[in-house]
Amino acid sequence: MVQSKYMPLDGANAVSQAMRQINPDVVAAYPITPQTAVVQNFSQYVADGIVNTEFVPVESEHAAMSACIGASAAGVRAMTATAANGLALMWEMLYIAAGMRLPIVMTVVNRALSSPLNIHCDHSDSMGGRDAGWIQLYAETGQEAYDNTIQAVRIAETPDLLIPVMSCQDGFITGHGVERVGILSDEAVRDFVGSYKPKYSLLDTDNPITMGAWDFTDYYFEHKRQQSEALNNAMPTIEAVGAEYAALSGRPQPILDMYGMDDAEYAIIVLSSTAGTSRAVAREWRAKGRKVGVLKPRVYRPFPAKQIAEAITNCRAVAVLDRAISFGAPQGQGPLFTDTTAALYNEGISGLQIVDYIFGLGGRDTVPAMIDSVYNDLQVIGATGERGSMVRYLGLRE
Amino acid sequence: MAKYESPRLDRPWGEVNPGGIVYESGNSVTYITGTWRSMRPVRDLEQCTQCLICWIVCPDASVTVNDGKVVGFDYDHCKGCGICAEQCPVTVKKAHAQTGKIGKVIQMVPETEFDK
Repeated sequence: MVQSKYMPLDGANAVSQAMRQINPDVVAAYPITPQTAVVQNFSQYVADGIVNTEFVPVESEHAAMSACIGASAAGVRAMTATAANGLALMWEMLYIAAGMRLPIVMTVVNRALSSPLNIHCDHSDSMGGRDAGWIQLYAETGQEAYDNTIQAVRIAETPDLLIPVMSCQDGFITGHGVERVGILSDEAVRDFVGSYKPKYSLLDTDNPITMGAWDFTDYYFEHKRQQSEALNNAMPTIEAVGAEYAALSGRPQPILDMYGMDDAEYAIIVLSSTAGTSRAVAREWRAKGRKVGVLKPRVYRPFPAKQIAEAITNCRAVAVLDRAISFGAPQGQGPLFTDTTAALYNEGISGLQIVDYIFGLGGRDTVPAMIDSVYNDLQVIGATGERGSMVRYLGLRE
Repeated sequence: MAKYESPRLDRPWGEVNPGGIVYESGNSVTYITGTWRSMRPVRDLEQCTQCLICWIVCPDASVTVNDGKVVGFDYDHCKGCGICAEQCPVTVKKAHAQTGKIGKVIQMVPETEFDK
């Protein structure tokens, strides 16, 4: 195990520190609040000669991902970062990166998609890209953002995986919030990520290949099936890399972070920083003898369906907290709710009540009192046996 | 011409190249597109003036040339677009050797008239 050096860092800086230690070959990026500090700080490392990265200041996020794709196809390690409308602008390239099986690592500092224009935290951006074929990791803290970024490089570059990884953290809340973050030594990170040895690369002129070629009706379907299989089977790789990183850092890297879930009657399922708020409230409830729990998935794609279903199978009532609306989904539910309820149904689990709370859109503050109200609601559902509204809202003026 | 095997059109999903990477260079020649044709160009070679315009304009490099002279068509790859027939500048002086008609040195004939 390597001792971490603790520094006061905001989430964005935690990631740029990780990127400094990873020392990727190419970073092509475009600024957008609240990601700006990630690349701004990294570009300072480039200017100071601390890293060997070829930094490409591109004209848009679409160009950023295109340049990363080109670099990765040429056989080098490429990273970038974006948020919200920047992610949306590179939408077609997300699919291309995944379809070309390029191990690009991108930090997404979650921010609301316009319009109306809002620069604050919600998950509509990365949730909008959940079908693009990227692995998605969600960090609760700057520490987790740092840890996930380093693991992401190893996960993506796994020889039989070759899937790009999106490492997410909450904009402003985590991105701009300074916390005590443990940084591993430069050598430890360098050894952990190793060097990227691509199986094929466009710059290998002794073995010329073509990438991104035309796929006719007789092959596209097979290629997509193969890609889907890789993502379906990515979890063991994510777990293995997590185990290795945990041994190195002394910080466990579970797929699901669980508090009180062993015997929870009422549980909240939530991603990212709000899990911290929820856990603080849950601790108070536990202190009063109430059996509540908080389940925070660190991995959202591939969706840990079986693990989540098993974790909540003995609950009486569960609240899923979604920081995004899947517009047009039944009653305007959020994506985490959709995936979780599908998981329950498909695992044959019934008899537990489950409701969705849309919260925090556009950076709407989510305070402990709101989490209290959720647990209260769940108790009422448990007592009456009646679910009531399927989709509810936290912190909305109604 | 075909240095490599023709691509299999029946490869199951577990055996395709990840990401659709093409491992060989210059192997598009092995993909037979001639079956896409509904009409094919035929040439009266004797009346052809060897201007080579058909060779210049063919989008599929399917006009075969030997020693600077047009000799025929690569029917494995000709898609029957008809640009060669359209651009051929030469009207036949006697009946076309293949079609028996007047018109250009290159004329388009339905595929149905040829044995498969």
